[in-house]
Amino acid sequence: MALRSVVGLFTDEDVAADALDALKTEGYETNEYEILTGTPYPEGTFGEAEPVHKLYRWPLIGAISGFIIGIVLTTGTQLAYPLVTGGKPILGIPPMVIITYEGTMLGAIIFTVIGIVLESRLPRIFMGAYDTRITEGYIGITVTADQDRVGKAEDVLKQAGAEEVKRGWEAS
Amino acid sequence: MQEHTQLTQKEINRDLLSGVLGMPKWWLGLVTLLTLVFLAGVGAFGWMLNQGVGVTGLNRPAMWGFFMVNFVFWIGISHAGIMISAILRLSQAEWRRPVTRAAEVLTVFSLTAALMAAPLVHVGRPWRAVLWVFPYDFARGIWPNIRSPFIWDPSAVGTYLIASTLFVFVALLPDMAILRDRTQGLVSKTYGIMCLGWRGTPRQWKLQAVAGILLSALVLPVFVSVHSIVSWDFATQIGVEGWHSTIFAPYFIIGAIHSGVSAVVMVMALMVWLWKWDLYLTKDHFDAIGRLLIVVATTWFFFFFLEWVFALYTLEKPEIVLRELQVFQWPYIFLFIVFLMTAFFIPVPLWLFKNVRRSVKWMFWTTVLVNIGMWLERFLIISPSLLRKTPMTFNWGTYHPSIVEILMVAATFAWVGLGMLLFAKVFPLIPLFDIKEAMVVKDEIKIGRRTVPATIRE
Repeated sequence: MALRSVVGLFTDEDVAADALDALKTEGYETNEYEILTGTPYPEGTFGEAEPVHKLYRWPLIGAISGFIIGIVLTTGTQLAYPLVTGGKPILGIPPMVIITYEGTMLGAIIFTVIGIVLESRLPRIFMGAYDTRITEGYIGITVTADQDRVGKAEDVLKQAGAEEVKRGWEAS
Repeated sequence: MQEHTQLTQKEINRDLLSGVLGMPKWWLGLVTLLTLVFLAGVGAFGWMLNQGVGVTGLNRPAMWGFFMVNFVFWIGISHAGIMISAILRLSQAEWRRPVTRAAEVLTVFSLTAALMAAPLVHVGRPWRAVLWVFPYDFARGIWPNIRSPFIWDPSAVGTYLIASTLFVFVALLPDMAILRDRTQGLVSKTYGIMCLGWRGTPRQWKLQAVAGILLSALVLPVFVSVHSIVSWDFATQIGVEGWHSTIFAPYFIIGAIHSGVSAVVMVMALMVWLWKWDLYLTKDHFDAIGRLLIVVATTWFFFFFLEWVFALYTLEKPEIVLRELQVFQWPYIFLFIVFLMTAFFIPVPLWLFKNVRRSVKWMFWTTVLVNIGMWLERFLIISPSLLRKTPMTFNWGTYHPSIVEILMVAATFAWVGLGMLLFAKVFPLIPLFDIKEAMVVKDEIKIGRRTVPATIRE
């Protein structure tokens, strides 16, 4: 079933928090509504649930991958063409440490960035109900649900003091 | 921080996007000028490719000259961005907010300038650099020699460039969403794609905050490794006097921080003068970074002093000959005096005065001096060491940079300036969301008879 979305625009943090309470009272689930702001507010400003994420796993996975690639690259390439240079061992530990270290860090950083993007639920193709004034100071509350429940949410947001309520579309 | 002006989000958008949504009068002229200087360098590079490296002043035994000096210099400048940004983020220093983006962008462009200076220009035949660095010849089984510092360099600099670019990109997501909302048509669509559909949910903001700290913690060890590895380009060569010191890695790192933080101050001053952002970059910011510079410069001077003590303590004849050349013979005596005066003895005593630290003009010109001095420092480390007989060479020599080298060095400076200006035309140089957050968490509190700005933190 196709989902519909609606956004209510607020200027005051307290009024927005009250609107969120009103949605909860009307039986809307936490995955049906979202707060949109143009600036980071302290967690729980609007009484919203604390976001849970697993970002810390990503650098670890990346670091392990980078470490393995670093070891394979340094040992594999030297063993594949074992030319003794200056009487030094084919597998010299100090240079291997350098390349492997950089590989480990590169893997950790690339995976962290991938993790940040994916854990942020990005990229997002359908914007749903949105208003450009959100990045100008307005606080948006969006509700994404089926047609009937969105109509009801529109009323709740208006009654809670939204300055404007707009409809938007979501993917099915 | 004593100065605080409360601004609305709309006012912040208007002020900080003025350079992106409009075109300042000076912008086109400055871009044209820098493009011309850059093109002159490109022309000189083309001439060198056509004629060979004989058109430079490089010749036996001085095979490293301006190009390598410039490489080390730009790697040094690149350290400031991440150092300032990462350390201030990790320590939650409030004054970081308007400074971080410009510092990070400076890192990215100075790293590209460093790459231009060394693998692209210095090697003479740049296409061969690719063959030395990447595992390429599967058929004949010839692989890069990982025991060479010239493989460590690209791995470290490449990691640092990718990391710092991603660092900038992640912090740009919310600001690109603001630009998406303030522009129309194709431009708006492009920003929309680049910001990946950012909407500003609590989850996205939380991850943005965690990302700042996590990436800072990951990039800092890379930053330390990069200049250590650059110093090992020199320190692992047993044949050249003056490059042996065991403290080269920390000495190079602290030198990089000294020149890099100074470069950030220069950029901050230019942001105040060119974009009139004095409401965002206040005297308090210059004061704070001035205090940091005193500590950094003094630490750097300590390492410089130690390096000399270690060199002279050995009483080795070739080392003494080299140091004598560096300090007593023309033109190095002149360069050495200019270096010491500009890198330490003029700016540091001046920074001890509060009025100097709080003056944009004074801070700009003293940091320009530091960077002149630090460029000369790299020249005095690299060039004289190659001019005297070493176990691997048979003669003494001299080095005179040619006009080709001078033009190419100038082109790297133009490139960094040009890059910053072009970036500022497409993206905001001050992170808007960070400034807006400061407005949310800042307030004024009354203590006795005084009202002072305060920051609320969880």
